[in-house]
Amino acid sequence: MTLRADRLRVRVGAATLLDAITLAARPGEVLALIGPSGAGKTTLLRAWSGELRPTAGAVTLAGVPLAAIDPRALARARAVLPQQASLRFPLTALEVVLLGRLPHPSRGESAADLAIAGEALALAEADHLAERLASTLSGGEQQRVQLARAFAQIWEPTPAQAQRVLLLDEPTASLDPGHAARILGRVRRFARATRAAVVVAIHDLNAGARCADRLALLDGGRVVAHGRPAAVLTPARLGRCFGAAFDLFTAADGGFAVHPRLLADETDETYEPWKTP
Amino acid sequence: MSAAWRAPTRRLRPRVVLGGLALVVVVAALVELSVGAATIDVPQHLRCLAGEATGCAAGERYILLSLRLPRTLVAAVVGCGLAVSGAAMQGLFRNPLADPGLIGVSSGAALGAGVAIALEAGAELLPFGLTLPALAFAGGLAATCLVHRLAQVRGQTSVTSLLLAGIAVSALAGAVIGLLGYIADDQQLRDLSMWLLGGLGGASGDVLLVLVPTVAIACALLWRRARALDALMLGEAEAFHLGVDVERLRRRVVAEVALAVGACVAFTGVIGFVGLVVPHLLRGVVGPRHRLLLPAAGLGGAALLLLADAAARTVLAPAELPVGILTALLGAPVFLSLLARARAAEVA
Repeated sequence: MTLRADRLRVRVGAATLLDAITLAARPGEVLALIGPSGAGKTTLLRAWSGELRPTAGAVTLAGVPLAAIDPRALARARAVLPQQASLRFPLTALEVVLLGRLPHPSRGESAADLAIAGEALALAEADHLAERLASTLSGGEQQRVQLARAFAQIWEPTPAQAQRVLLLDEPTASLDPGHAARILGRVRRFARATRAAVVVAIHDLNAGARCADRLALLDGGRVVAHGRPAAVLTPARLGRCFGAAFDLFTAADGGFAVHPRLLADETDETYEPWKTP
Repeated sequence: MSAAWRAPTRRLRPRVVLGGLALVVVVAALVELSVGAATIDVPQHLRCLAGEATGCAAGERYILLSLRLPRTLVAAVVGCGLAVSGAAMQGLFRNPLADPGLIGVSSGAALGAGVAIALEAGAELLPFGLTLPALAFAGGLAATCLVHRLAQVRGQTSVTSLLLAGIAVSALAGAVIGLLGYIADDQQLRDLSMWLLGGLGGASGDVLLVLVPTVAIACALLWRRARALDALMLGEAEAFHLGVDVERLRRRVVAEVALAVGACVAFTGVIGFVGLVVPHLLRGVVGPRHRLLLPAAGLGGAALLLLADAAARTVLAPAELPVGILTALLGAPVFLSLLARARAAEVA
């Protein structure tokens, strides 16, 4: 079961946020969306979650347009990690994760749901936070709790939909490097083991390259490049997209990293918009 | 399943909470039945209620069965309806400080009542003195419909526009009520201000016949929204991701709250702070999940209004204070202290 965008266009008011997007998230694979701020990464995730209706083109899950799928049935197969969560009610972390079980017949109220919530919290390295009020947690802790909720939502295959979709918007934005590396590794294993189609919108190019099977580079609402990480992340292309010069570093084991240079102070001595004495 | 995965333990168990609150409601109802211009002690009125002719004077029997029993039931039902509506509104607006009056239902009902009082000539429009409640109820529903329509932009209602439309419609209703008060004669003006203060003096068997089914149906429907309201705590997009049709949920909750609050306000006038304070207070005890919060708020609201009315009938006995004054007098300081404590906990 593949999550597909086909000649997708999304317009909000006069602004065209996405145009001519043809891209698929395949079962068992991690697809990372990269690109500059405002390129349309989050908008594509929102279209793929069913939250935004396409202006033109189609978004389909296993060939069925998302709009034609009952929201609750869709929720049993597709989980979303939001970029940031705002919680104004005193829910504990465990209660937040249990909300992920809401679309299922047991409604998050069975012993099995409780067990799943516990395991999902452990998977997201947040099991020690279970009894804490979610609103009192740090940004990184909240993010792991929300990730646990997303895992719990699609923990097991449902009879109607054997396949699962996991959409993550900046899952590592507030995480320290250690947590980020372990969480992304687990996301990748989750995709492999459950045959879930996983899409990650991520700013960190190297983290995206390491955890994803394929990268899609977005710019101005279009897919500029798409394919294996090493093929997409060329310094020349990144330079055009991000407006910075990139260096490519290669490790002995074949791994690689790209890094931008500090531009203004290195190359342009005349750039001084501030006042100097 | 390891021992670490029990439900959160810092909260009281649901059965304990609901059982305890039910007990408080029973005690509050007995207090409400006992106190007043004539004090009737509990064993005495239990005998009367049981229908024993012996040991129960005809006068006491009349006071209990025809005056206090309907009043007790109305107080319980209205308190329940207001508090459940408040809890649902706080969930819908994702704001623990939301009030059922936000969607314009109370001010619309007040306008309806004002019109009924000013057009005294129409008092015979409906039998049993139902003209005023009927107009108030219609006003409440009409104002809510107007607010909902005004808040719609391209078929979507946002919480912000709902709030703004509610404020605007309430202000408009307030202005028209002011105008009605200006042109009214002294007696009408007094009737109108008494009604706006809220009181349970109009309680009767006929009132119960209309009030009980309306509030019961509205509360039962709101209880069915409990899980969707839980999902909404995470945010609107997140609720959709969890399979909730947020637009439909919003429409239904607004309609059901308008029904419950409209029916309550129509018979009792505006009784403030019950819908705001009770859910807010209980959320700290039972947690924010609506499956438990809604019934707990219902019981808590019933108990609070019963006790408030008992107090309202005794502090100035034999005269009685409008209960709306009392709930505001007690509710506002309690609310402020809650806010202060919450702020202190945040800073600490």
